[in-house]
Amino acid sequence: MKRIQLGPFNRVEGDLEVSLDVADGHVVEARVNSPLFRGFEQVLVGRAPDDALAVVPRICGICSVAQSAAAAAALADLSGVTMPPNGQLARHLVQATENLADHLSHFYLFFMPDFARATYARRPWYADVAPRFAAVKGSAAPAALAARANFLKLTGFLAGKWPHTLALQAGGSTKATTPAERIRILAALREFRSFVENTLLGDALEVVAELDSEDALRAWAEGRPGDFPAFLAAAYDLGLERTGRAADRFLSFGAYDLLPAGVRQANAAVDALNAAKITEDTHHSWLAASPPLPPAQGETVVDAEKAGAYTWCKAPRYEGKVVETGALARLLIAGQPLAVDLVAKHGASVTARIAARLLELARVLPAMEQWVRNIVPGEPFCLPAPLPEEGQGIGLTEAARGSLGHWLSVKRGRIERYQIVAPTTWNFSPRDRDGQPGPLEQALVGLPAGDGVLPTIQHVVRSFDPCMVCTVH
Amino acid sequence: MSSKLRVLWLQSGGCGGCTQSLLCAEPRPLFDELRDAGIEFVWHPALSAESDVDALAVLESCASGQTPFDVLCVEGAMLRGPNGSGKFHLMAGSGRPLTEWVARLAVQARWVFAIGSCTAFGGLSASTPGNPLEACGLQYEGNEVGGLLGEAFVSAGGLPVVNIAGCPVHPGWVVDTLEKLALEGLAAADLDPLARPLFYAEQLVHHGCPRNEYYEFKASAGKHSDLGCLMENLGCQGTQAHADCHLRPWNGVGSCVRGGYACIACTEPGFEAPGHPFQETPKVAGIPIGLPVDMPKAWFVALAALSKSATPKRVRDNAHADHPVVRPALRKKHK
Repeated sequence: MKRIQLGPFNRVEGDLEVSLDVADGHVVEARVNSPLFRGFEQVLVGRAPDDALAVVPRICGICSVAQSAAAAAALADLSGVTMPPNGQLARHLVQATENLADHLSHFYLFFMPDFARATYARRPWYADVAPRFAAVKGSAAPAALAARANFLKLTGFLAGKWPHTLALQAGGSTKATTPAERIRILAALREFRSFVENTLLGDALEVVAELDSEDALRAWAEGRPGDFPAFLAAAYDLGLERTGRAADRFLSFGAYDLLPAGVRQANAAVDALNAAKITEDTHHSWLAASPPLPPAQGETVVDAEKAGAYTWCKAPRYEGKVVETGALARLLIAGQPLAVDLVAKHGASVTARIAARLLELARVLPAMEQWVRNIVPGEPFCLPAPLPEEGQGIGLTEAARGSLGHWLSVKRGRIERYQIVAPTTWNFSPRDRDGQPGPLEQALVGLPAGDGVLPTIQHVVRSFDPCMVCTVH
Repeated sequence: MSSKLRVLWLQSGGCGGCTQSLLCAEPRPLFDELRDAGIEFVWHPALSAESDVDALAVLESCASGQTPFDVLCVEGAMLRGPNGSGKFHLMAGSGRPLTEWVARLAVQARWVFAIGSCTAFGGLSASTPGNPLEACGLQYEGNEVGGLLGEAFVSAGGLPVVNIAGCPVHPGWVVDTLEKLALEGLAAADLDPLARPLFYAEQLVHHGCPRNEYYEFKASAGKHSDLGCLMENLGCQGTQAHADCHLRPWNGVGSCVRGGYACIACTEPGFEAPGHPFQETPKVAGIPIGLPVDMPKAWFVALAALSKSATPKRVRDNAHADHPVVRPALRKKHK
């Protein structure tokens, strides 16, 4: 048995180190270290509650809007306000824009460049894939960057800018869409749809969204031009549909009133979400020891010399169990037939996670077009949301990479406690006090490791689209 | 300038949002634009191919002086804690504090750029009571010169750390500064007293504000989503913050004020701890404490009283609505 340290993992958001115990060329145990601590939960304490809206987006430059939405939801919970329909539509649109843009960035900039590694030079797909997806220099990047930048203009219309908007408030949106902006947003959505259909998917969104089984997916992709079909050709050659399985339990807080909240058990049963079943464990974190605590009672106290600790990340658990979160979880809990079939056949995998993101693009983009049509200029976008001097609020939402929760408590008009459980905190959590490894730690076991092996570990790590800066808020 | 301008990028105590913003550069896709301007990345943590030992080899080669490079761009605050150990960010795979890597690389770089307010001044990681990070910027700690590299630091190219401050940066601020450097170099005369490029820091956010008519008449918004001026009640610091946010749109069409919310002066040192709630304007005797820069207080008060008394009904009514309820009158026809 030997121990290998892998890092820095680039092309993830933030810094990541993975420690592997390897025997006979395969991973026996994995430990995931988030080597950066951000301290945002301390930064928030003592501030005015609404200040969270200015502070929390800055936890993360890639899920900035999701952080805003979670804080706004927690403040709305504290206030008791219900935002008007236009405000709800604007929030869905801004959140969906960030989430879908993140899926695009992940696919083109973070995930696909690993298939351009010289180690794959003899694979049949390499001559097509390598020049297209090589990091920075690949031929896919210019059009993908232009599509991303133009799509993110929706945030210019709806939220002032991205990242780090203050437009999302407890009572709705500070930005009331004008009649002219509504038309221009629809035009921007048409432009993005055109890129996704013609370049990324190679087919109409509605066709891709209706793919209902792995067999249908493979038949559809066969010989089809498009970057998703190109990924599938490489992924099936490498067996990535059978690679990277974790606990096969999944969590979603529900997105856009379109994809439901729930918990999918390993036997495929979907339970209703009960946020009271969430706890965080610090047994292997450089944080003060405590029994597993619900976030509403959570503490974040640094203990940098703690024995047995190996990460700044806490270990969140649902009913004491490890769960995976992300686009795949959202689609499974929504019962999307292709996602269900992929996981029924192989368990969660690199291929299933990537396919789920692109399926989500196909599913959510048409919904965005409808939300814009549903906006009624002239009707209100924001209601006042006066806050009590004391109280608690919970804000649950979905970032691109999974479930994000904020737990807020206010005393004498100031933030007394603010606890955040981010998507990658779930996915890249360390072991807990019972020794249960986190999802990535499970997904890496059994993979080839050491000198001269294929970069399978790189694919598995990036298949989760980790956001380390959120993890260690 | 000779051949390529070679840029090495590191990230630490930040959110990565400045890179995410940079990728929104337009009109040309970022990679095309930089390449054709003669700028290339030696390594960038979010973009480059090299991972793990290959990435460490690139960094070690740069830090030891074997691989020459031109610009060190750092994104994120320098985390010196706990207890000066730097353990709040040990670079993965290396076991060494990021602060140590930055200090080694800064002396090899011809120029050092702080990307974003965290890197320039400490930003949200700094200056909050109870926060254990011991964070600072590269050459500032809030308003104080010093930071990780110290007041005396001058890079081989002859400049202190160039502070491209903002939370996040506008992509144009970074691209323009890199392109100016590649074109003909940068000089002290190109920077303001906080070492921010004058390209964007010689403007105030107020310049070109789309709500200027409301500002002129002191027709103020009273609540979120109102169209009126955000200065009097909702915390806007656009008349005091240095940046060109209304001369150069964000994400094609936007800005904070266009989005209906206050400028929180994110390009300024200490913006993270304004001493009052971000979205409320602190006042004494009904008068905002933070008056426009360069504006004598007595004149501001006198003019504000005068302009309030002269406010047209259209401006007054629209200031309190989220869409125009009174349209501008048509020009009268002259007979």
